[in-house]
Amino acid sequence: MTKTLRALMGATALITLSGAAMAETTITVATVNNGDMVRMQGLMDDFNAKHPDIKVEWVTLEENVLRQNVTTDIATGGGQYDVITIGTYEVPIWGKQGWLESLNDLPAEYDVDDLLPAIRGGLTVDGNLMAAPFYGESSMVMYRKDLMEAAGLTMPDAPTWADIEKAAAAMTDKSKEQYGVCLRGKAGWGENMAFLTAMSNSFGARWFDENWVPQFDQPEWKATLDFYLNLMNNYGPPGASNNGFNENLTLFQQGKCGMWIDATVAASFVTGKDSTVADKVGFALAPDNGLGKRGNWLWAWSLAIPASSDAKAEAKVFIDWATNKDYLALVASKEGWANVPPGTRTSLYSNEEYAKVPFAKMTIDSINSADPNAPTVKPVPYVGVQFVAIPEFAGVATSVGEIFSAALAGQKTADEALAEAQTLVSDEMKAAGYIQ
Amino acid sequence: MARAVTPRRKLITTLAAWAVALIIFFPVLWMILTSFKTEASAVANPPQFFSADWTLENYAEVWARSDYPRFFWNSVVISVGSTLLGLLVAVPSAWAMAFVPGRKTKDLLMWMLSTKMMPAVAVMIPLYLLFQRLGLIDTKFGLVVALMLMNLPIIIWMLYTYFKEIPGEILEASRMDGASLWGEIVHVLTPMALPGIASTMLLNIILAWNEAFWTIVLTTTKAAPLSAFIASFSAPQGLFYAKLSAASAMAIMPILILGWFSQKQLVRGLTFGAVK
Repeated sequence: MTKTLRALMGATALITLSGAAMAETTITVATVNNGDMVRMQGLMDDFNAKHPDIKVEWVTLEENVLRQNVTTDIATGGGQYDVITIGTYEVPIWGKQGWLESLNDLPAEYDVDDLLPAIRGGLTVDGNLMAAPFYGESSMVMYRKDLMEAAGLTMPDAPTWADIEKAAAAMTDKSKEQYGVCLRGKAGWGENMAFLTAMSNSFGARWFDENWVPQFDQPEWKATLDFYLNLMNNYGPPGASNNGFNENLTLFQQGKCGMWIDATVAASFVTGKDSTVADKVGFALAPDNGLGKRGNWLWAWSLAIPASSDAKAEAKVFIDWATNKDYLALVASKEGWANVPPGTRTSLYSNEEYAKVPFAKMTIDSINSADPNAPTVKPVPYVGVQFVAIPEFAGVATSVGEIFSAALAGQKTADEALAEAQTLVSDEMKAAGYIQ
Repeated sequence: MARAVTPRRKLITTLAAWAVALIIFFPVLWMILTSFKTEASAVANPPQFFSADWTLENYAEVWARSDYPRFFWNSVVISVGSTLLGLLVAVPSAWAMAFVPGRKTKDLLMWMLSTKMMPAVAVMIPLYLLFQRLGLIDTKFGLVVALMLMNLPIIIWMLYTYFKEIPGEILEASRMDGASLWGEIVHVLTPMALPGIASTMLLNIILAWNEAFWTIVLTTTKAAPLSAFIASFSAPQGLFYAKLSAASAMAIMPILILGWFSQKQLVRGLTFGAVK
């Protein structure tokens, strides 16, 4: 055997061995575009250093497009995604369908008992944890301290709807384009209906009774919608029926809203560099009506593994990294405590440094005051605070949202809207077989 | 007798044309301007036409956060590939329909066009399953085939219209001179219909480039084109309009430049046969 041949064989063996050593598994992570998810992508060096054998590829899509693509892929067993970003609405439905891999076997250091009970409860199906929370949110009142002070009012930490109405009246000055309150009006199950369903809980309303009979013809829903329409018509901005999260955020940041009741995640935006009122914002719990339930919701963006994934072990490693306590510490060290994904772990809220973040206490108090298993005053047959965790909800709630949005635009009265909603939901529930 | 064009009339027509063009182009212009603003001035009310804080930060962040060259290359391969494959199928089809029409040719043409009226989402699950079974999900070849099929009715219709303008006697003469069927299509028909074929090609490249349903549904990472690139910057919670505008500007710029340089060809092709 010549020297050249030996050298060639040696080189081949070396290349083969080094190839084996560097063998890596690629996992595809499907996610939404929001600040926390983008931040995670920027911190991937840490994951890559700890797990050089796992390569992560990202698919970032708009929320509804992501939902459509992931649903299509899972329902057809496509296996295109190994980790998916999933909302609290989908977890119980998809978990029951057997579309998600259980996360019960995460390592002991993960400390699953540290997860906030309200959030964990929403992600557990038949005793199995089906998704790991990446960040959790509720809703709360964000208000202008300077305008409240000028009006001679003080916002209670736990206001009632009457307090909100009084404050809205005092802060409204339409000649200066200053509106007392900004609320969601844009139609959609995740837009106006998220707000109105959560609000209705504090008025004692419910979507369905224990036998799945729609309840829009009950006085509680009438009280909810009447109050909402009066509040918005008297003290809200013009064109409110087109306003969703982003539109209200713009108005609030430009100093045109006295109050804004919306997701706790908005706190970092309204106190951020793009806000003209950053140093004038106060926070309070979502209002109640003295019935024992507040008008706040509960939501978490979580990470889950589709049952069709062919890299479940590696996907689990990634989820462990992205949602454990070390990740929170990593974000804090690189980006500061205010940018740590909120609302997932009890230990975060006992951290002294995190307690200094202005919206930390109100966020945890809001999350703790929501109960997805008993969302409203009367008993209900469903799980979910601002949604009903049944597959039909997204479609039917969007249709009801269109009716209520039209009522806000002045195209129909509250009574007409409620009657229409009752008929629509009854028909849908009959068609779906829930009621005769 | 042609009507005399007075300078006053010419001025009014020119101004009207500019006004219409500006109205049509305004959304694109606004998007480009927004892409150079800060997020705060992008959502300012009243809107700031000319921002005080011009910035390139949005482009820098969009570039840093995603692999633009990969998305761009995928868009090029998918749009050009689907158009060329479409032409390969459509030229003989349009030839047959224009020069050897049968009793049902018109019906066939109408049926083909009617498939474009069906909402894409209606066939999403069957097509997705088909692609999945064939291993075509997230492949450029799969998208080339899908977009070719989607745009084929338009390609055939356009070519059919152009071919109908060509006198059949010329093709007949070539046959009498001994040209084969292949020779007749390649050496006689194609050169004569070149402006029409070129404009069909350009229009279909634009359609395929801008397609934003199948290109997002049937891809994840490897074959995702610029439509998926734009979708990744859309956010329901948070004001990222300036970054979204920058991503959109980066996605449409290549096709905008192509359209600008080939506008003469496009207009000529689109108006071909319009005046008889």
